[in-house]
Amino acid sequence: MKTTGIVTGIISNLVTIEVDGPVSQNEICYIDLSGTKLMADVIKVNGKEAFVQVYESTRGLKTGDKAEFQGHMLEVLLGPGILSSIYDGLQNNLVTMDGVFLKRGEYTIALDQDKKWEFKPLASPGDVVSAADWLGEVKEGWLPHKIMVPFTFEGSFKVKSIASEGEFTVNETIAVLVNESGEDVNVTMSQKWPVKVAITKYADKPRPYRIMETRVRVIDTFNPIAEGGTGFIPGPFGSGKTVLQHAISKQADADVIIFAACGERANEVVEIFTEFPLLEDPRTGRMLMERTTIICNTSNMPVAAREASVYTAMTIGEYYRSMGLKVLLLADSTSRWAQALREMSNRMEELPGADAFPMDLPAIISSFYARAGLVNLNNGQTGSVTFIGTVSPAGGNLKEPVTESTKKAARCFFALSQSRADRKRYPAVDPIDSYSKYLEYPEIIEDFKNRIGEEWVEKVLKGKNIVLRGKEAYEQINILGDDGVPLEYHKRYWKSELIDFVILQQDAFDKIDANCPMERQSYMYYLVLDICEREFDFDNFEECGNFYKKIINTLRQMNYSKFRSEDFNKYLEQLNNELNDGK
Amino acid sequence: MASKAFQKIYTQLESITKATVALRAQGITNEELATVGGRLAQVVKIKRDLVTLQVFAGTDGIPTNAEVVFFGEPPTLNVSEDLAGRFFNAYGDPIDNGPSVDGEKRFIGGPSVNPYRRKQPSELIPTGIAGIDLNNTLVSGQKIPFFADPDQPYNQVMAQVALRADVDKIILGGMGLTNDDYLYYKQIFENAGALNKIISFVNTTEQPPVERLLIPDMALTAAEYFAVDKNEKVLVLLTDMTLYADALSIVSHRMDQIPSKDSMPGSLYSDLAKIYEKAVQLPDGGSITIIAVTTLSGGDITHAIPDNTGYITEGQLFLRTDSDTGKVIVDPFRSLSRLKQLVIGKKTREDHNHVMNAAVRLYADAANAKTKMENGFDLSDYDHRCLEFAKDYSNKLLAIEVNINTTQMLDTAWDLFGKHFTKTEVSIKGDITEKYWKN
Repeated sequence: MKTTGIVTGIISNLVTIEVDGPVSQNEICYIDLSGTKLMADVIKVNGKEAFVQVYESTRGLKTGDKAEFQGHMLEVLLGPGILSSIYDGLQNNLVTMDGVFLKRGEYTIALDQDKKWEFKPLASPGDVVSAADWLGEVKEGWLPHKIMVPFTFEGSFKVKSIASEGEFTVNETIAVLVNESGEDVNVTMSQKWPVKVAITKYADKPRPYRIMETRVRVIDTFNPIAEGGTGFIPGPFGSGKTVLQHAISKQADADVIIFAACGERANEVVEIFTEFPLLEDPRTGRMLMERTTIICNTSNMPVAAREASVYTAMTIGEYYRSMGLKVLLLADSTSRWAQALREMSNRMEELPGADAFPMDLPAIISSFYARAGLVNLNNGQTGSVTFIGTVSPAGGNLKEPVTESTKKAARCFFALSQSRADRKRYPAVDPIDSYSKYLEYPEIIEDFKNRIGEEWVEKVLKGKNIVLRGKEAYEQINILGDDGVPLEYHKRYWKSELIDFVILQQDAFDKIDANCPMERQSYMYYLVLDICEREFDFDNFEECGNFYKKIINTLRQMNYSKFRSEDFNKYLEQLNNELNDGK
Repeated sequence: MASKAFQKIYTQLESITKATVALRAQGITNEELATVGGRLAQVVKIKRDLVTLQVFAGTDGIPTNAEVVFFGEPPTLNVSEDLAGRFFNAYGDPIDNGPSVDGEKRFIGGPSVNPYRRKQPSELIPTGIAGIDLNNTLVSGQKIPFFADPDQPYNQVMAQVALRADVDKIILGGMGLTNDDYLYYKQIFENAGALNKIISFVNTTEQPPVERLLIPDMALTAAEYFAVDKNEKVLVLLTDMTLYADALSIVSHRMDQIPSKDSMPGSLYSDLAKIYEKAVQLPDGGSITIIAVTTLSGGDITHAIPDNTGYITEGQLFLRTDSDTGKVIVDPFRSLSRLKQLVIGKKTREDHNHVMNAAVRLYADAANAKTKMENGFDLSDYDHRCLEFAKDYSNKLLAIEVNINTTQMLDTAWDLFGKHFTKTEVSIKGDITEKYWKN
């Protein structure tokens, strides 16, 4: 029998309920407000009193209203049909909702219940299987969507029967398994899983050993992210966080993209679902939307559901990872999620930590980032969830709690700088503050060796050093004046400008430049580094500046031309002439 | 807010603070309205039968035996076409000596638009001000604030924008307006003969600050009526959102909440987003566009209020007095309209983007030349021409009193390019330059 309770107190969306039976932490309940069911989850229990956060407005609620507890935590429904869907933070399907406005208490089911999927069995009767093993597959868009033994199944099972090729809905039984006690268990194509619990039905989680290409040069070349790695993008407003994340989502070498719009502008989400259905995946030629799921809990949607949205997104990511797919999860912005935690903690009158955030904020953030990763599945295949979150630091100050906590958890740091954005140097990723820990991984260095060449990482570090020395020289020039420093300083400065303009800056709105595959990146980088290693003689600093400006312009024209096209080669020739003219 | 039969009436207050009262009462719903000793109040907290009410006008002089009358529902606004041309206070009661408005009763602060039902904003809202139309074009469904220091004429600029904008309804939400500014708005709207498309909700500095909290919701409820029910293009003006946020912090402090940055409540981002995100382009053609004012203290945009605002809004506009010409201009460097890419060159002439970028770049060169001049360096011929251009640009385009359409702005810009520069210096794509260059 379900536990029930009555409302005894209300402060905004924090409600206390006196319960008549057992409740568990994070258990879901529905509060009945004159016939409208408001979803809530337990966040604290004190004696007979359960504190719940309500996922909707509590306007009109009164003491004495009834609540019914559901015996489970917040769950998502997993099965074919998730891709190309648009959900809210609780996985309600926004597309199937009626009316222009969101209605309180309206919950729509995440998966199409009537759609028939073309099922192909992968297991055979007699096979011994356990949770997350593949029983069959359906085609979801162009991706093979594996139908798995539900993650909640414990122990091993014997396949008694399995459906043969044919069309099924998500609720039809496609296999009958026999458990260790000899009982039959039916398996359908959908299953449920609590979002706050990581799906760990894999063999092991090795260190990431290959990079994930994003086709953004400042990431791939200078601060590469590993497949199954984690990274974050902090930046003040107007520094281009969203443009950068959108670029990554369009171009990354991933099978599945999950985009969690967490407490951000609704019009930005509109941009995604207006543009993505029209954009082609550069790799497969299919529409981008076919591999994309949007979890959309914009800033004006209920705060508690905002907190849930990142977990919903992560759980869906882990689900697709179990199919042996490469998943890229993007969350914009994790600061809004932290703020949701702060609002609740405040209402519960907990002692605050820095900037009134809850004390356990660093722990919450790091255990969330820890759910990403590359895994070896039980069948020997690999799957991965790569996670990149944005952070919106208050006042652009990177010393605030969310940025600092995230810095401890994420392995790549793509710091967006206001001064670069002001000078229109996009993407405004600061080349000196940003880092990728993966450049230190022997596995990753090895991966680069195989992909590009023996000394790649060494060369990258060299380039970083040139940029750093260029910045130091620039500061000296600014203090002492153009004439007040040796010519060597100008050379140093212009070498760093060369790398900045040709490699680090990239035009996200130009079709060719925006999408720069690794092969092209390494070609251009070697070319640029080669020029940096050559010494030229100049009579004065003006000659030096003019020379580098000229070759920067030519190299940029190459960036805008199709790789190895006629135009490209023409500019290459022009570059060589210009280099030969220099002494 | 007339009283009705069968209302619950109590006369025993348990506690009184500066802004709240608490009493024992049964069957009270969250956020419902009441009067406490005749003053409007709203339920903010319920603990068993102990109900805490926030009294908008403050609790000065409230006795422990004050009469508390519960209304059984949250704040509402009567909506109909009759709203047009009227002035109301924060409670939606007329303050223009006119009759009260009949119409459908709507709860204020209603639900959000399903993001999936939104349309991508794509209609330009012309204002005649080049600093906006040319450099930072507004788009219907956008939300954008003026970041201005208190001494800048932001209310005048906003009134101008409102009167020139091609929209069906203009809704003014005035929070902490000085009485002088309120009368200024009233007069300028009357003089323009535009009163029939304007609706005002006003809280002046003479009224209690906490009342301000109702203003945005009132204004936006009216806006949603015209945009959603009538498919109209609605422009909402909110001034000054800094005073709104200050009122939020007053309330949260009095309710013993832990303050976060700059003593603002931890929920400031969500509170502001709930207002600004009402800006929307609806599928059936209606739209709500929000232009707000956020006053800054000494131009500091890292303060919690402008900072959170910047993360929510789609750009920001900075006002500045140009010292060379003495004209108030919309600063071309710091201002930004995030949605302009959706309309420029698409809804405006093809050369828009190029002209905008070239003019701003040349204006930046002028700024550099000026620095050089101030530091006592020699100026080149190019520097001198840049400075001359900057003066013309500021006088003939940026000055907010200039009122021309976008095509005229583009033509004026080409005039200035031709007057001061060579084609290579302006450096716009070849075919565009050939087509529009003027000597």
